[in-house]
Order: sequence, then structure tokens, then C-alpha cells
Amino acid sequence: MNAILETRALCKSFGALVVADNVEFRLAPGARHALIGPNGAGKTTLLNLITGRIEPTSGEILLGGEPITGLRPAARVKRGLGRTFQINTLFRQLPVIDNVALAIAERDGVAGGMFRPASRQRAVIEEALALLATLGLADDARARVADLPYGKQRLVEIAIALGLKPKVLLLDEPAAGVPSLESHRILEVLDGLPRDIAILIIEHDMDLVFRFAQRITVLSQGAVLTEGTPAEIGANEAVRQVYLGERHG
Amino acid sequence: MSALPPAAAGSAAHTGGYVADPRIRWQEWLPWVLAVAAFFGAPDYLSLGARILIFILFALSLDLILGYAGIITLGHSAFFGVGAYVAGILGAKLGVTDPLVQLAAAAAAAGVLGVVTGAIILRTTGLTLLMLTLAITLVFLEIANKATSITGGADGLAGVVVAPVLGLFRFDLYGKTAYLYSLAVLFVGWWLVRRLIYSPFGASLTGIRENAVRMHAVGAPVYARMVAVYAISATLAGIAGALLTQTHQFVGLNVLGLEPSGELLIMLILGGVGRIYGAFVGPFVYLIAQDYLAKQFPEYWYFGIGLILVLVVLFARGGILGIVDAALARLRRPSA
Repeated sequence: MNAILETRALCKSFGALVVADNVEFRLAPGARHALIGPNGAGKTTLLNLITGRIEPTSGEILLGGEPITGLRPAARVKRGLGRTFQINTLFRQLPVIDNVALAIAERDGVAGGMFRPASRQRAVIEEALALLATLGLADDARARVADLPYGKQRLVEIAIALGLKPKVLLLDEPAAGVPSLESHRILEVLDGLPRDIAILIIEHDMDLVFRFAQRITVLSQGAVLTEGTPAEIGANEAVRQVYLGERHG
Repeated sequence: MSALPPAAAGSAAHTGGYVADPRIRWQEWLPWVLAVAAFFGAPDYLSLGARILIFILFALSLDLILGYAGIITLGHSAFFGVGAYVAGILGAKLGVTDPLVQLAAAAAAAGVLGVVTGAIILRTTGLTLLMLTLAITLVFLEIANKATSITGGADGLAGVVVAPVLGLFRFDLYGKTAYLYSLAVLFVGWWLVRRLIYSPFGASLTGIRENAVRMHAVGAPVYARMVAVYAISATLAGIAGALLTQTHQFVGLNVLGLEPSGELLIMLILGGVGRIYGAFVGPFVYLIAQDYLAKQFPEYWYFGIGLILVLVVLFARGGILGIVDAALARLRRPSA
């Protein structure tokens, strides 16, 4: 099966510090894939390499079979690569609907229009409202993001990325900081995402990972330790070592 | 980048965006009604009035980049000054006397300068950007100072010939034509800026101000948008500068450098940043206060201006319009 997202021999080092060590990673179309590993394993680095926030030292990244290695982040977004951020990266002073509409307008190529009022972009606004409704945020559309409870802000984080209609969605700890009582809401939303989007999730909440992911890749010290189904990973001794070693060392 | 006071939703702030109603509200006609009333009611103050109108246009251009796109600058006078000198040199040296041609030339020159300098400096942010904007206006100040054969240097460029507007309206001694001409140009500038702010482009500028990282992550051409708005703003500033030259028939070094840039910032902050009409209220209050204080206390008038600014920064971060907003919000709240 052709991977929708693939890294080949991806390396990144800062001087002597190797943060991505020959990473071979494949994401299948429509996948529900998790990337786990102890702190400092290089998960966010890999995400930043894929999205183009940092350039690899060597190796290649392919999206839909085409190399995107040298492309700017915005160009990768245009090709269908969406992401969310571990730390909320929102337009805090703007209404929720504008947060999403800004993304949709960019995707539709109408965001540079200087003359017609933004509020006349009916298609953009209706799509934004529909998207918010699927995430249970319909009633908050006009609220300022800064006034929302944190859990809902995490959903806006996802909503903006969905507004791009990505082929591949990279979720960087979507439940980070969300009280466990509310994290089921995040999981519900994740479960409800369109099946044609391939999703790669980085998450520390193992409960969420094992309930959501069909495949799991374990990173350790910048390199892929192993990959498998949740059952396989759960039973893997090396994985336990890495996690237990981390926790007790 | 979000060091600016958040503009209150609704009310007197014009934040643009996808759910903002772009229709012109009745309050927005007040400045124009007032301006026309002043023309008939205060005929002795028309030259001050024209000056206020010109600085409103200048402040509006700054609000576009500072209030909406979040680009902080100490060098906006570069464009104002270049526009002023282009109009002046055309009228005094080159025999191009049609005011609208001068205006168009000044706009084009300032716009091109905006693209070129914007493309260079907008790759930086924060203090670096601030210093670069300042450096650019200082470079132009020095050029204007040294190129005496074209600019008149420190003596300024007198005898700028400006033909009647549209061949019909001569610039008169009482400043009637100057006032109405400035008012007409400001009106067009205001309409364009307002349109821009309520457009998707305007919304994306607010997005850049609020969170540039996220704008990159949704695939927005952040840098290109910033250069574009910078150039538009520069063009408007250049037009304002040309108006000043035309209405004074003179241009001097005081249109360039830190001082006019700083004064402009003070006016805008005084009125309120990122809300369109702060750019109207600020210059109006500032220039009238300046006029009054300079007559009453010729040696201490800057003290008065300084005091006003300190009070605004300490107690009213949203400027005068911020105070108005807060007062209106209190009135609207059911008596509690």
C-alpha cells in the first residue's frame, strides 16, 4: 500500500546532538496512527521536520508520493498537510468562527481579497459554522477564543486544522492540559473525524492513544524503536524498558 | 505582537472579520458632518482644519499597519516625507503643477518605497524592525538635508506651485479650497481603508497580528501580506505628505525623521489603536491641544501634551475611544 506520508532516512542534528536518527516512517491513507515515546524522544522534532518548521540535515519527506523536503511550511499546507499545536496557537482575541474562517479562506484562496467584505464570503462562513457544529462548538461561534474554557480552546485548535481539509492531520498532544474528566470529549471528536483523513497523533495520555490508534510508532532518542498494533506495543518489552527507564531514572 | 490593547468587540472598535457587519453605522458619519459644519462654522480655523484632516489620513495609514497588522514603526514619516517632497519638487522645480498629478506621483513614489523597504525590513520583528524603520526615515532626512539643489535643504522648498484643483478651484488665502480638497482626499482614503479592514485581507492581517505562527500553519503567505499592507499604508502616508505640501505650498525637513513619526504615534495612541476612528480623534485632539497650548504657554506646551499621553498610557490603554467604549458599555448594562 502506498503511504500518504513517508519519511526516508530522515536525520536532523544540532552539532553533536542527534534529534532525528535515520527515521523511516510511513503513514497509510486514512490511518489512525500514534507516535509515542518518552520526553525528549524527538516526537515534536519529527513533527516540525514534517511540517517544515525545521529543515532536515539529510533524508527525504514525501506527501502523497511526492517529495516535499525543501518546501516552505505554507506550501506543504497547500498540499494537504495540516497540524495542531501542543500549546494553544490560536487567534485569542478573535471570535471562534474567525479562527476557523481564516483557515478555510486560505484553503479556498479567497483570503487575499481586499474589496468585498469578509462577511459576504458566505461559503466560507457556512463551512466554518458547519465545522464548528460537528465539534459541538456551534454555540460558541461568536465567543472570543480567550473567553472559552481551556478544553474548548483545544477543540478550536483542531477545528482550525480541519478547516484546511487536510489529507494528513498531525495532532500534537491534542489533550495536553485537558483534565482527564474532559479528555473523553477530545477522544469523541477524534473518533468522529472523517475517515479519509490520515491522522498522526502525538500524545502522552496512553489511555487515549490505545483507544484511538490502530498503529503505534515508538520513538526513543530520535530513532524509531518499534512499530506495531496497540496490542503488540503493549506487550513489547523494549517499549516498557524505555518508559520505565525514563520514569524511574 | 499582541502587546496592543485588545479592541473591544462591537462598540466603537472596528475589528473587521467574518462576522463583523461591514455596513457603515450612523455614528461613522459624525466626523464628516462635523468637518462640513466646521467649514461653515469656523472659517478662521480652516488652515488648522486642513492640517488636522491631513494628519488624520496619515494616522489612518499608520493604524492600518500598527493597529491591524501589528507592524510597529518609528519610521512612517519616511513615506509622508517622500510624498511631501515629490509633490514639492514637482511643483517648485519641474513645473508639474496639477494637484492630482502631484498627488498621484507622490502616492506612487511612496508606494514603491513601501514595497522596497517593506520587502527588506519585514523579515525582521520587534526591536530590530523598529530600529530599521527609524533608520530609513533618518536616511531620507539626511538626503533631503544634503541634496539642497533639489530639496532646498534646511531652508526648505518654497514656492511650490499648485494649479487649481480640476482646473476650477484655486487654492485661496483663507484655506477654503485646501480644506475641502483635503477633506475629499481623506474621505476617499477612509473609504478604502475601511473597505480593506472589513475584507478577508483585513481579517488575515488581524490574524497575523494575533498569531503569525498559526497564520503560517494555515498556509497564509504572511510575509507577502505584510509587504502588501505596508505598501498600501506607505501610499496613503505619501498622499498625506503631498497634501501637506500642497496646502502650505512649502515643504521643509520637519516632514522627515523621528519627530513626525513619534508625533503621529502619539496621536494614534491618544485616539485609540486598531479601531479606525482613533485615527480621527487622536489628531483632532492633539493638534487642537497643541494649537491652544502653544498660544497660551509657548514655552511649556509640550508639557501639556506629555501629561495627556502619560494619562492615556496609564489609565486608558485603548485611547480616548477606549474610554468612550467603556463608558458606553457601562451605560448599556442594566443598572446594577
